[in-house]
Amino acid sequence: MTDTHSFTEEERQAGEPEQISHVVVRFAGDSGDGMQLTGDRFTSVSALFGNDLSTFPDYPAEIRAPAGTVNGVSSFQVHISDHDITTPGDAPNVLVAMNPAALKADLHRLEQNGLLIVNSDAFEGRDLEKAGYDHNPLHDDFLAAYRVVEVPMTSLTQLATEPLGVKPRDAERSKNFFALGLVSWLYSRPIEPTIEWIGSRFKDLVKESNLAALKAGFNYGETSELFDHPYQVKPAKLPAGEYTNITGNVALAWGLIAAGQLAKLPIFLGSYPITPASDILHELSKHKHFGVRTVQAEDEIAAAGMALGAAFAGHLGITTTSGPGVALKSETTSLAISLELPFVLVDIQRGGPSTGLPTKTEAADLNIAMYGRHGEAPLPIVAAYSPAQCFDAAIEACRIALKYRTPVILLSDGFLANGSEPWLLPDVATLPDISTPFQTEPNHVAADGTAEYWPYLRDPETLARPWAIPGTPGLQHRVGGIEKQDGTGNIDYSPANHSKMVHLRQAKIDGIANDIPLATITGDADADVCLLGWGSTWAAIDAAVQRTRRAGTKVAWIHITHVNPLPPNLGELLKSFKTVLVPELNMGQLCRIVRANYLVDAKPVTKVQGLPFTSAELEKAIQEAIMQGAGS
Amino acid sequence: MSDTIVPLTTKKDWVSDQEVRWCPGCGDYGIMHAVQALMPELGIATENTVFISGIGCSSRFPYYMNTYGMHSIHGRAPAVATGVAVARPDLDVWVVTGDGDALSIGGNHLIHALRRNVNLTILLFNNRIYGLTKGQYSPTSETGKVTKSTPFGSIDHPFNPLSVALGAEASFVARTHDLDRKHMMSVFRAAHAHKGASFVEIFQNCNVFNDAAFDAVTGKQAREEMMIDLVHGQPIRFGADGHKGVVMGTDGQLRIVEVAEVGEAALLVHDAQRHDPGLAFALARLSHDDHSPTPFGIFRDVPRGDYGTMVGDQVLQASAKKGPGDLRALLRSGGTWMVGD
Repeated sequence: MTDTHSFTEEERQAGEPEQISHVVVRFAGDSGDGMQLTGDRFTSVSALFGNDLSTFPDYPAEIRAPAGTVNGVSSFQVHISDHDITTPGDAPNVLVAMNPAALKADLHRLEQNGLLIVNSDAFEGRDLEKAGYDHNPLHDDFLAAYRVVEVPMTSLTQLATEPLGVKPRDAERSKNFFALGLVSWLYSRPIEPTIEWIGSRFKDLVKESNLAALKAGFNYGETSELFDHPYQVKPAKLPAGEYTNITGNVALAWGLIAAGQLAKLPIFLGSYPITPASDILHELSKHKHFGVRTVQAEDEIAAAGMALGAAFAGHLGITTTSGPGVALKSETTSLAISLELPFVLVDIQRGGPSTGLPTKTEAADLNIAMYGRHGEAPLPIVAAYSPAQCFDAAIEACRIALKYRTPVILLSDGFLANGSEPWLLPDVATLPDISTPFQTEPNHVAADGTAEYWPYLRDPETLARPWAIPGTPGLQHRVGGIEKQDGTGNIDYSPANHSKMVHLRQAKIDGIANDIPLATITGDADADVCLLGWGSTWAAIDAAVQRTRRAGTKVAWIHITHVNPLPPNLGELLKSFKTVLVPELNMGQLCRIVRANYLVDAKPVTKVQGLPFTSAELEKAIQEAIMQGAGS
Repeated sequence: MSDTIVPLTTKKDWVSDQEVRWCPGCGDYGIMHAVQALMPELGIATENTVFISGIGCSSRFPYYMNTYGMHSIHGRAPAVATGVAVARPDLDVWVVTGDGDALSIGGNHLIHALRRNVNLTILLFNNRIYGLTKGQYSPTSETGKVTKSTPFGSIDHPFNPLSVALGAEASFVARTHDLDRKHMMSVFRAAHAHKGASFVEIFQNCNVFNDAAFDAVTGKQAREEMMIDLVHGQPIRFGADGHKGVVMGTDGQLRIVEVAEVGEAALLVHDAQRHDPGLAFALARLSHDDHSPTPFGIFRDVPRGDYGTMVGDQVLQASAKKGPGDLRALLRSGGTWMVGD
C-alpha cells in the first residue's frame, strides 16, 4: 500500500508538544498481536513526517508459537529522530507491552526510568503463568525503575467497537491499532495517513473495527491525562531531495532490477524460499514487466543451476538464499567459476550453523563465501552495509559479475533485510552503465586460415573470457566443469595447463582490486585506534565513532564494501594505526583475513547473539582499546 | 514430416572437432550417431541447439556435438537446462543423462522438470551400472546384482525409469535401445516434435562393466519374442507373426496372451494420447525383469503448455498491462516525501 498523505504545517504544529530530538519505541506483543504491522505504520507515518529513522523488526522463527509465551513474542523497534541516525537505538525509551510475555522478553532492553505502557487487561492468571511470572509485576514494586502506564487496551478496544456490532473476541484483534493510536498521540504522529491506509487495506467490519480502535487509542491519550503532554520529534534536516522508506530486501531486489536495466539484460532469478531471503523472491516476482523471470525451484541446488543455465543463455542469472542455501549452491558456484560465466549469489545471512536462528541476524557467512567451495575457487564478495545501500551493492555485484564473467557473492543479513531507513532516491540517469557486449564474431584464426571461436581467449586487461550466447551463428562451443585449455576451451588435464588455469582464475579475481573504490578513513586519521568494519555493523560503528569523537577522543574508522578482493590500499592504511579493531557479528572472520593478508595485529570484537551490536558496546570496545594502548 | 523439410545441414555439420573418448564398443556411439544423423532432418540450426549434460559417461555427449553445450554437474542437468529453456524458449534444448545421473543424484530435478513440462528433450542412457566410477550398482540395477559396492548382491529395489517419468506426469514418455538406429531416430524425432518435456529411456549397453545387460530382450535372437513395439492406435501385438498380444484383465492387470486364444478384438489398443497416464504406467510395468517381453516406442504423448513459454507469457502480459518497466517510477512506488526544496 502506498502512503500518499502529505502534512500541512498546521498538522505539524498541532497541540503543544514538548520537543525532543529523538525517541526509540519498541512495540512488543504476541506473534498474533500484529506488532510488526503496528511498528510499520508508526514508521511510515514518521517517514512521511520527515524524521530520520531506523527500524529493527525482531520476531520468532515460529509462525505462531504458543500464544502468550515468551517464545512467541514479536517486537518492532523504531528509532525516530530530528537528525541523521543510523541505528535503531540501543535501549528503547518506550516499551509497549501487549502481554506479560512481551514484558518478560523485552523489559531488560528498556532504559532506566523509561516509559512502559502495558495492556493491563492481559496481566491476569493464565497469561502471567504462560509468561513464567509467579506474581503480577503490575501489583508490586517489580517495575519501580520505570514509569509504568497501565492501559486496559483490550477492554477499551472492545468498548470502542461494541457499537459497531463487533464481538468481544473479534475486537481483540484490533487492539494493536488502539496501541498505535495511543502512541501516535503521545509522539504527535497524525493518524490520518493510517486511517487512509486502513481504508485501502481492510474491508467491512474489520476496517470499521480497526478505525474505531485507532481513534479510540488516540483520543484516550488526549483525554485520559495519563501523560502530562505529548512529545514531538521534528523533521530531520536531511540532505534535500525525494525520500522513500525502504527495507534492505526491497532495496536489494530493486537494485537487481536496476542492474538488469543498466546492463540491458533480462533478469533470471532462480530461488527457493528461505528466511530471511524470501522477500527478494516475492519482490522480484511482482515486477515481470521489467523483463524479470522468476522460478521458484524445487531446491536450492536447482535454483542456482537454473540461474547458471540462464546466464549461459545470455540472461543476468541470479540466485538468492541464506546460509544453508549457500552450502547447497556451493558446487554450482564452483562450476560457475570454472565456466567463467556471470552469476550473482545473494546471501541474506542469519544465525547458524544449520537452521540456527532463522529470523535473527548474524554475519558469519564470510568464511563460506570466501572458502566454501572445493578446489582453488576464488570469487569476488560484495557486502551491503545499510538497508538503502543494498540497492547500490546489488548493482555493484552485478557489474563485477558481468565485467569479469564470474560468480559474485553479495552478502546482506537479516538486520539489513528487514530493517528500514529513509532513502534519498538516486537520479536514475546517474546510475552506471554496466552493460557488457556479447561476442558475435569469431575471435581467432586457425592455422589453415579459417575463422574460429575460442571461448577462453581472454581480454588481456580484465582476463575475462568472451560471452557468446546460443543463437549466435559460428560461435557454437561447449563449456564444462572439466579443466580446459586456456584459449580453446578444449578439455586439458595436463599438469602445466591446470597450474596455468588455477593461476589465471586467481589473477582475474585479484585484478578486480584495481576496479573498486579505495578504502577511506572516516574520523581521525591520526588516531591510535581504527575500526575496520564490513556489512551491517556500519550503523553501530557510525554511532559509536560519532559519540567517541563528540566526547573529544580521537578514533578512525574504515568500512569496506568489497570484502574480496580487498581495496588495494587497505593494508597500508591499517598499518598506520597502533590498534585495529574489527567488530563483526561472528567469531572474527574478517579479522583473520586481515591478519593473514597484512600481518597486522588486528583484534576482533565479536558478538554472536543473533542481535546487532549496540553503539554502546562498540563505544566501550573503543575506550578499552584506547586505555590498553595508553597503558602499553 | 521429414520429407517436407529441406535440410539446412548435413550430419557432418553436427559433429564437433573433439575426439570421442568412450570405450570401444560402448552403446553410446550408436546413440550419438543416431542423434547426429537425425539432426539435419529436424530443420534446425546448429547454433540454436543446446545440449546440456550432467556427469557420467553419457554426459560427455555435448562435447561431441557441434552445437552450444554444457557439461554441468552430476544430476543437475535438468535444472541447468530449465534455466536455458526458460530464459530462451527460442532454443532447442536437449538433456543427455544416465541412470545414476538422472535417477539417483538428480532424481529431484528430473521429476520437477517433467512436472513443469519444460521444453526439453531428455535422453536417459540406461545401462544399469555406474560406468565412469568403474562399476558400482545404479538405481536401475536389478536386485541381487553383484558389483564392486555390492559384493553380496544389491538389496536395493530398482527404479523403472518410465514409471518415475509417468509418475511425474511427463507429457511425453518413450523407450528405445542402442542397437536399432532407425527406431531411435523415430523416437527421438517424435520426442523433439513434442512441445514440453520429452523423456526417452534408451537401453544402452556398457560393454565394460555391465555387458549384455539387455541381451535377453534386445539381442538379435530374442527381439522378435521379447520386444513389444507400441504403435499408437494399433492393437498391441508382438512375436512371430504377432502371435502374442496384451490384454487388460477384469482385475485391471495387463497380461500377455496368445492372440489365437483370445481373438484380436480382445487386445489392448495402444493410445499414447490418453490423458490419464494410468494405462501407460501399466504398460511400463508390464516387464518386471530383463527376461520378459518389454514394450518399446512411445508410451505417452499428450499436449500440455510448456513452462518456458508460459513464463515468457507472464512477462509479456505484465508488460502489456503495466508498460515497460520504469525504474524511476519503481523507486517511488512505496510513497515518497520531499526534504528541503
